[in-house]
Amino acid sequence: MNEFNWILALFRIVGVLAMMSAAGFVCWLLSGRQSPKHISGIFGWSLLIVLWGLGGYAFTSRYALGLGAVTNLSDQFPWGIWKALVVCGIAFAAGGFLTACMVYIFRIRTFYPILRPVVLAAYLGYMLSASGALLVDLGRYHQIWRPIFYWQHHSVLFEVSWCVMLYTGVLSVEFAPIVLDRFGWKRISRFVHAITVPFVICGVILSTLHQSSLGSLFLIVPNKLLPLWYTPLLPIFFFLSALISGFAMAIFVSALTFWIFHKPLEPRVLTSLAKGMTPLLFIYLFLRIADLTARNAWMYIFRCPLQGFTFTLEMLLLTLPLFVVLRTRWSGRRRWAFAAAIPVILGVNLNRLNVAWIGLLPATGSNYFPSWIEITIVLNLLSFGVVLFGMAARYLPLFEHPDIGGHHALGITADATAIGPMEVSGHV
Amino acid sequence: MISRRKFLQAGATGALAVLGARQLFAEPQADTNACASVLVDLTRCIGCRACENACRVRAGFGPLPTAAIGYGAGDGKLSFHTRTFIDFRNGGTNLKQPVKRQCMHCVDPACVSVCPVAALEKTATGPVVYHENICIGCRYCILACPFSVPKYEWDNALMPRVGKCDFCADRQAKDQSPACVAACPTGALKFGKRGGLLQEAKARLDSQPNRYTSIYGEDIVGGTSWIYVSDTAPEELGFPPGLPNVPLPSLTWKAISKLPFVVIGVGLILSAIVRWRTRNGMEQP
Repeated sequence: MNEFNWILALFRIVGVLAMMSAAGFVCWLLSGRQSPKHISGIFGWSLLIVLWGLGGYAFTSRYALGLGAVTNLSDQFPWGIWKALVVCGIAFAAGGFLTACMVYIFRIRTFYPILRPVVLAAYLGYMLSASGALLVDLGRYHQIWRPIFYWQHHSVLFEVSWCVMLYTGVLSVEFAPIVLDRFGWKRISRFVHAITVPFVICGVILSTLHQSSLGSLFLIVPNKLLPLWYTPLLPIFFFLSALISGFAMAIFVSALTFWIFHKPLEPRVLTSLAKGMTPLLFIYLFLRIADLTARNAWMYIFRCPLQGFTFTLEMLLLTLPLFVVLRTRWSGRRRWAFAAAIPVILGVNLNRLNVAWIGLLPATGSNYFPSWIEITIVLNLLSFGVVLFGMAARYLPLFEHPDIGGHHALGITADATAIGPMEVSGHV
Repeated sequence: MISRRKFLQAGATGALAVLGARQLFAEPQADTNACASVLVDLTRCIGCRACENACRVRAGFGPLPTAAIGYGAGDGKLSFHTRTFIDFRNGGTNLKQPVKRQCMHCVDPACVSVCPVAALEKTATGPVVYHENICIGCRYCILACPFSVPKYEWDNALMPRVGKCDFCADRQAKDQSPACVAACPTGALKFGKRGGLLQEAKARLDSQPNRYTSIYGEDIVGGTSWIYVSDTAPEELGFPPGLPNVPLPSLTWKAISKLPFVVIGVGLILSAIVRWRTRNGMEQP
């Protein structure tokens, strides 16, 4: 036993040191290969180094000791914050398929400039929230490939895992031009351009399937999920809210990246996205309210205080942006478009947490709350996403407009995609 | 412009694909009356826990520890090492009807339908069995089971397993009754075929209405292979409230079976839009 503890301690020390030095190296790269100059820089460096140091401890503990020792999961409550992260992250990444659809299918020129940042954010979202979180959450993480060979088409989870695998491939094709342009590989780039449209169509189909299927995951627990959220319409609600979240995420990511990296962005981009989001929000909220009324489920707001609170908060967060978007004085301003996107993102994520966690608590008689290791790993995965995004923005041509179709596909001339001079109108 | 001939061709191909998919997705139904089944007569259960002991021995966890033997003792819950136990409900001093708990071996089990890799299997003869070498550890079965039966080996870091009663499938294959049934001294457990046992349960209710008032397992979640008769209402026996009388997998199947239509529908609509938007060169702003 003593020897084992020595090995564990060594494993942990190596993990913590490796993660901390990786954090330091990454910070150095991100600040342009120099040490921090200002107090904010020093703060950022130390924050990431501490977070990744804790992450080193958390990851090594999880893999050395197993789920029981490091999480608050139990037989009563087998799905915790990591599964919730999968569900939340995939909804957040919905901006990718939505923007790709608007650009490659609908050919809306307004959105060309934000395609690359949003697709990259979606790609990282899928990599880290789906694959990353599953690699820590699965009891046998080393068997994650199994659904490829062991089929069970009655399982929603089987369908979701296939859709996510295939869609990650689609995102790679959508993302490839950024890397290919960086290294100037023209011929492959041309080939990728030529196959992009069919891939985007596949991507939209796959997204429709798995975004709704994430809701179908919980159709099997009619006695465990609180009626505030359990409804046969769960897949439809999940798909609609994923679309809404996709618009909000596109606003959030593009506003933030163009602002942080000091790139000009037409205000129209953000306000059009906000306008696209509004009717969907209306339909979604109307259906939710009609569904709750039809099933006579409102009383559960008062029956379960915590769930009543999170439900009310979720509904408020999703209603709030309507006021912002509907005021004509505000609707044309991009800072208000941004302000409308924040509560939507929070609201959709809270909805996912409610379905995958909080709404399951009363019937299972559990009071699950994630342990500090679970939370640290979630924060680490999120920080990986932010850091990788920052690296890509620094080293890849993220802010160049894609040559949609170009002269290689669909017989279109390249200069048709050129975009006129954009207004530079300061910060968001 | 798509010609009418091409349109009809595409339509016919789509219809064939849908029909083919439906054929593929249709499952043969096993004869539920011929499935292995156990009738639990709670009025005959004396709470001796011989079934619990026999189960532990057969599963390889050794006999019950001496301290845990006796009426009202024990963990009082299923766990990875406890595949069955006698639930004394209130426990301690205020003892109520002892109720045997184990996997109910549903006719259409939720755990089997949710497993993404088919590590859980409803065998043709009735038992729901777990193939531990296929499992990936997603724990969806634990979440999905309406009776909260599957339990996890939480302390195993590398190859954690799901633990649940397998109805002694290996003993059944050798024409033996499950270990718990064989150990029961009072005849509270009766092993047989589901159809016959259901008939017997109803006959007992009809002939002795003073002794029996309820039957559990006939319709709940589409029926279970373990059927309980007793003089107490099922809710008071600790069975979970709010379960429908339809198989739970049918709730999910309503959504999954739409999959081919979504694929074809969304694909056609998007292709049409691409054609329309790229018809005359390029898009409008």
